[in-house]
Amino acid sequence: MPLIKEGVLAEDSWQSLADEDELREGPIVVTLERWQSERDSLLARNTPLGVRLRSDQSPALVAEDLERFGLVALEFPKFNDGRAYSYARLLRDRYGFKGEVRAVGGVFRDQFLLMQRCGFDAFEVADKAAVEAWEKAISEISVTYQPGADARRPALALRRNRPAA
Amino acid sequence: MYRYDEFDHTLVTERVHQFRDQVERRLSGELTEDQFKPLRLMNGLYLQLHAYMLRVAVPYGTLSSTQMRKLAYIARRYDKGYGHFTTRQNIQFNWPKLEETPDILAELAEVEMHAIQTSGNCIRNTTSDQFAGAAADEIEDPRVYCEIIRQWSTLHPEFTFLPRKFKIAVTGADHDRAAVRVHDIGLQMRRNEAGEVGFEVIVGGGLGRTPVIGQTIREFLPKQHLLSYLEAILRVYNQLGRRDNLYKARIKILVRSEGIENFARLVEEEWSHIKDSALQLPEDEITRIETYFAPPRYERLEDTVREFEVKRFEDRDFASWVRTNVTAHKEPGYAVATISLKPTGKPPGDASAWQMDAVADLAESYSFSEIRVTHEQNLVLPNVRKADLYALWQSLRDVELATPNAGLLSDMIACPGLDYCNLANARSIPVAQRISERFSDLERQHDIGSLKIKISGCINACGHHHVGHIGLLGVDKKGEEFYQITLGGSADENTAIGKIVGPAFSYDDVVDAVEKIVDTYLNIRSEDEEFSDTFRRVGLTPFKETLYAAH
Ligand code: SF4
Repeated sequence: MPLIKEGVLAEDSWQSLADEDELREGPIVVTLERWQSERDSLLARNTPLGVRLRSDQSPALVAEDLERFGLVALEFPKFNDGRAYSYARLLRDRYGFKGEVRAVGGVFRDQFLLMQRCGFDAFEVADKAAVEAWEKAISEISVTYQPGADARRPALALRRNRPAA
Repeated sequence: MYRYDEFDHTLVTERVHQFRDQVERRLSGELTEDQFKPLRLMNGLYLQLHAYMLRVAVPYGTLSSTQMRKLAYIARRYDKGYGHFTTRQNIQFNWPKLEETPDILAELAEVEMHAIQTSGNCIRNTTSDQFAGAAADEIEDPRVYCEIIRQWSTLHPEFTFLPRKFKIAVTGADHDRAAVRVHDIGLQMRRNEAGEVGFEVIVGGGLGRTPVIGQTIREFLPKQHLLSYLEAILRVYNQLGRRDNLYKARIKILVRSEGIENFARLVEEEWSHIKDSALQLPEDEITRIETYFAPPRYERLEDTVREFEVKRFEDRDFASWVRTNVTAHKEPGYAVATISLKPTGKPPGDASAWQMDAVADLAESYSFSEIRVTHEQNLVLPNVRKADLYALWQSLRDVELATPNAGLLSDMIACPGLDYCNLANARSIPVAQRISERFSDLERQHDIGSLKIKISGCINACGHHHVGHIGLLGVDKKGEEFYQITLGGSADENTAIGKIVGPAFSYDDVVDAVEKIVDTYLNIRSEDEEFSDTFRRVGLTPFKETLYAAH
């Protein structure tokens, strides 16, 4: 699966493991269930660890453990299951998570901007065409009305800083 | 009225470009209809039985005369010469061509309008009291907060893929003309003991197949916390609302399954984290928006206007229009005029391009260029000098817009129904037309008094039948159109869900049934009692008896 990071096609250094897969060398991403049942052995490995959450698994379930993870992958089982938008906000705004927040599953170009604004910074997409569409997708709307988890400044803040006419 | 600044202009223009690009990708075949569907739905473009339908937002139902002229132009240039005003205070065009929709949106952008979030599972157009700013019983103009909500909810990154569509209504008056108790969130402006103005927050109301009356989640929310509180409610709903069943996905179902106390606890917990964030509304931002809604320059007038009283005395037709279509204004010497879009035998809410132009002209001559769209599918000129009412009425009569029936039986709400909508079980508009023909005698309607009939073509309840004094719901009986009748519903501050009176009636019989209900009411009402009062006193039984006596 092509991965977009910082707007370009990126090497994926993480391996996402299903529950029945053997543990491997290098950075791995495990399911919440595996993290919960194999916590001690996973921590003992001392290699970068990520966790993958289904759309019915809130990051609140791992809030206490977040400093142990370098990556949290949030699943979109369908593009229109929007729970992970809130999860990403919670990870960034509430829990101050600084690692990678990755969107996986139903991830399409027309959602890049929304996802980025909610705090996602890595995107697994179906094909390379989506990579080419990135730049346009995140810049075609330049005005934001709400504070988000990104660096964009909402219209309210810009209006207030505008020099008096 | 609110005017766009450079930020608003930029956003709407960029959105037009974005949509044009999406339409081009569809036309070139890069996108399949399945892939295009969610994109067009984010911009109010539906595929109906015969054609595309474009729903244009009229934020909180306020239009300028310039905007109305543009709608007339679009109706003429891109549609079949008319538009349809909806129960969400929006306007729909029923015959646009897909390849022309980006041009329509570009035309709209020129007059500070758009179709953003008029469909899809997102926060929809915020609705309000059609008499806002002019109503005598108002604490403050609710449109200030509607505009603040409009901006906050526009392309909100977190809430674009909610479990289901989400509707917010705001009222500033005691008498609720915005039906705030049947919205996902209803905001009722309140004054607290310290004299500060804020909101009572009502959550989990809604119609559809499971009608629910909203419950108060917070008695008083200070203004500056409006957006953070809304964001907290939406965030809880976005995470916990059901996504496995379309019909259980609205927030009302979540509130019911959690219980209001527990739901409130979840919201308050979320809110405690974001209350003092950048979502807090600065006083100067509220003031900035308020200045846009500053009252027009009213003249100082006597409240009793002799020439108006004389005309009313001399001209019975004028008097009867005044009785139903003119409402008290907070300013002496002014009045609020309702323009009925319910002439006998015409589809409720339709307006032709030339009528729209005429209304734009009249708004300029008589109402500080302002027009409102009501959720009962009429138009309103909110600021008319009493002295001008007669001239206004005469001009309205010339364009067939002077039907004196606001609030009367023929002022019905009907959804598009089987004539347009692919979900319908039965026709709505022709039933409305037949009822208004049956009761075409306006004297009789005046005698019957305030009576709201609402018609939906299926259980999705777009015609709000649950809250009609008489509600008609189209059902399918072995492939035939039938209508289930409910009585006693209400959408105002005494919100009630109507009760089913008995077995459904066929398309042919339903108008007779409505007439029997009305006759029963006339027989048993005590003096001055309105239909809803009588119903509250006597209940279903007498109506049942007359309706089903012969069966
Ligand atoms: S109530 Fe049913 S028939 Fe009427 S517009 Fe809504 S979905 Fe269509």
